[in-house]
Amino acid sequence: MNRRDYLLRKIFFSLVTLAIVVVLNFVLFRVLPGDPVRAVIGRNVRISADTQQALREQFGLDRPVFPDQFLTALGQWSRGNLGVSWSLRKPVGEVLVAKLGNTLLLIGLGQVLSIILGVALGLLAGWKRKTAVDVGALTFSLIAWAIPTFWLGIILLAAGSTWLGLPTGGIVSPSNVGKPLYTVLPDVAHHLILPTLTLTILYMGEYMLIMRSSIMEVLGEDYILTAKAKGMSHWQVLRRHALKNAMLPIVTLIAINLGFTVSGAIYVETVFSYDGLGKMFQTALVKQDYPLLQGAFLLLAVSVILANMLADILYTYLDPRVKAA
Amino acid sequence: MNPRWTLLKRNLLDFWQTFRRNRMGLVGAFLVLTAVLAAVFAPLLSPYTPTETMRDAGGRALTFAPPSVHAPLGTDDAGRDVWTQLVYGARISLTVGFLAGFIAMFIGSLFGITAGYFGGWVDNLLMRITDVLLVIPDLPLILVLVATVRQLDLKVSPLVILVLVIGLLYWTSTARLIRSQVLSIKERQYVYRARAIGAGNWHIVRRHILPQIMPLIVANTVLILSTAILIESGLAFLGLGDPTQPSWGTMLNFAFDRNAVTNGAWWFYLPPGLAIIWATLGCVLLGNVLEEMLNPRLASHHLEGEQSIVTHPPAPFPAREGGVAKSDGG
Repeated sequence: MNRRDYLLRKIFFSLVTLAIVVVLNFVLFRVLPGDPVRAVIGRNVRISADTQQALREQFGLDRPVFPDQFLTALGQWSRGNLGVSWSLRKPVGEVLVAKLGNTLLLIGLGQVLSIILGVALGLLAGWKRKTAVDVGALTFSLIAWAIPTFWLGIILLAAGSTWLGLPTGGIVSPSNVGKPLYTVLPDVAHHLILPTLTLTILYMGEYMLIMRSSIMEVLGEDYILTAKAKGMSHWQVLRRHALKNAMLPIVTLIAINLGFTVSGAIYVETVFSYDGLGKMFQTALVKQDYPLLQGAFLLLAVSVILANMLADILYTYLDPRVKAA
Repeated sequence: MNPRWTLLKRNLLDFWQTFRRNRMGLVGAFLVLTAVLAAVFAPLLSPYTPTETMRDAGGRALTFAPPSVHAPLGTDDAGRDVWTQLVYGARISLTVGFLAGFIAMFIGSLFGITAGYFGGWVDNLLMRITDVLLVIPDLPLILVLVATVRQLDLKVSPLVILVLVIGLLYWTSTARLIRSQVLSIKERQYVYRARAIGAGNWHIVRRHILPQIMPLIVANTVLILSTAILIESGLAFLGLGDPTQPSWGTMLNFAFDRNAVTNGAWWFYLPPGLAIIWATLGCVLLGNVLEEMLNPRLASHHLEGEQSIVTHPPAPFPAREGGVAKSDGG
């Protein structure tokens, strides 16, 4: 199978996954819970039968669920119309876009820091296998894996606010809202320290483990023995021959981990009252704001699927050995 | 005595001989065992019930009371004993984790064996399903699913919903692992021979494949348990647990919502988290050791040890420098 076929297959698979997510989202929201009009009016039972009927017609609920309603929903979603949030009384799309930047900032910082630290430590641990460094790195990743994210957040929140005087939540102090950028930026950075630290510890363990096993696998290859036989030092072998190849799985891991990244953001934003998508997801859950929940799920799932597709495409260019799945 | 029983006993004894020399495995087994024992004997470990409010002499509730002789881990915002909640919470956390883990293990093994053994379009279909599940972000999916199911107003406990959702979503890694094992086992000579003398699929799977992959399934189940316990704690923290039957995650949800952090009530938010780590770490250590024992990997690599390939340099090497220096001087 050549590269073009491989790419086409990957893209086709991503499209199928997208379709499944869209259908799932539709089924969960429109079919399972029964009548959406009842759900919208909810506690407000004084709406007359005529108004209910009018609402039903307005939403197109008098028409068959499939294909009419499904196609209408599909058309609306593709135009970015995700309905209206019940609790915020604003279009869901608008709410999501407003929170997206904050979340991207937080998880971006966490990812970059954890990749740098994880790759460096994993390289060291795999190279100096079975030494104190390796055992220490393994123990750390093991414990980092077993710690519930939200609990780590709570502990860092308690410790950071008590001993270091760091802010306990939010993105910017209320007193600094609307102040010029040079006052706001340091304040935002101050607020970002604890959530970023939590995410970095959470993400780092896995990068370290993958880098460790990847470097160990590469170091077992014959070309490493050849390079060593030529008289190169360990450091030269690592830098010129091992590192590039060992880094490859990290690329896929970043993409595969996006789902995990999103989970981490939901917990961390909840603990630190960080005004992003994750916190909003949790609020929507508590307030039973289904349009918001569904819209956020659609946005998160679609972004993760597309990012995975991009990573697959990127991978074929990075690793010429890739032929088939 | 039944020969199969003798064989099983000998295998288990052999296994124990190897296992007991592995410190990590013993630590893991200890952690898991103590957590299970605490859950089973919860009523014996505490004189109170988890919902009982402790009061002072004047009848007022002892809220956020620090650890003392009467309440070894202090009390929560309603004056209930934290230690009592912790040991009773073990019942909920472990039960949900174990049930969900076993469902995941069952589905994963079933799909893995089916996909690996039959191959072809069955394999393709099942593996594409696991691919789809791996790509969709799990926590948002779970939250949306649980929220939807709750809206249906079924008369079931939230814990049942949690067990089912976790169990039905976390089988993908098991399925892939089992599949790859079955793929290699089904190509072995004795499977071909069994087929040649007319054994059916069911017989081959049950008598020749299942016994081979059973150890791997056991090891993987222990690992899945840790995931299930961890996921349950997260969902309970987000408020999806059963408030009337608090697990460790629910306790943390209460602690966080009722400002244990700002009240400095560390005895309320530290222990449940440590308990979750206790149980998950135990399962991970035990599972890893079991997997390693049953699945030995590459033992070493080329850059281990000394820089030079010749580890014991012959005598002339150190002498040469001196020789060169001497010739320079002369």
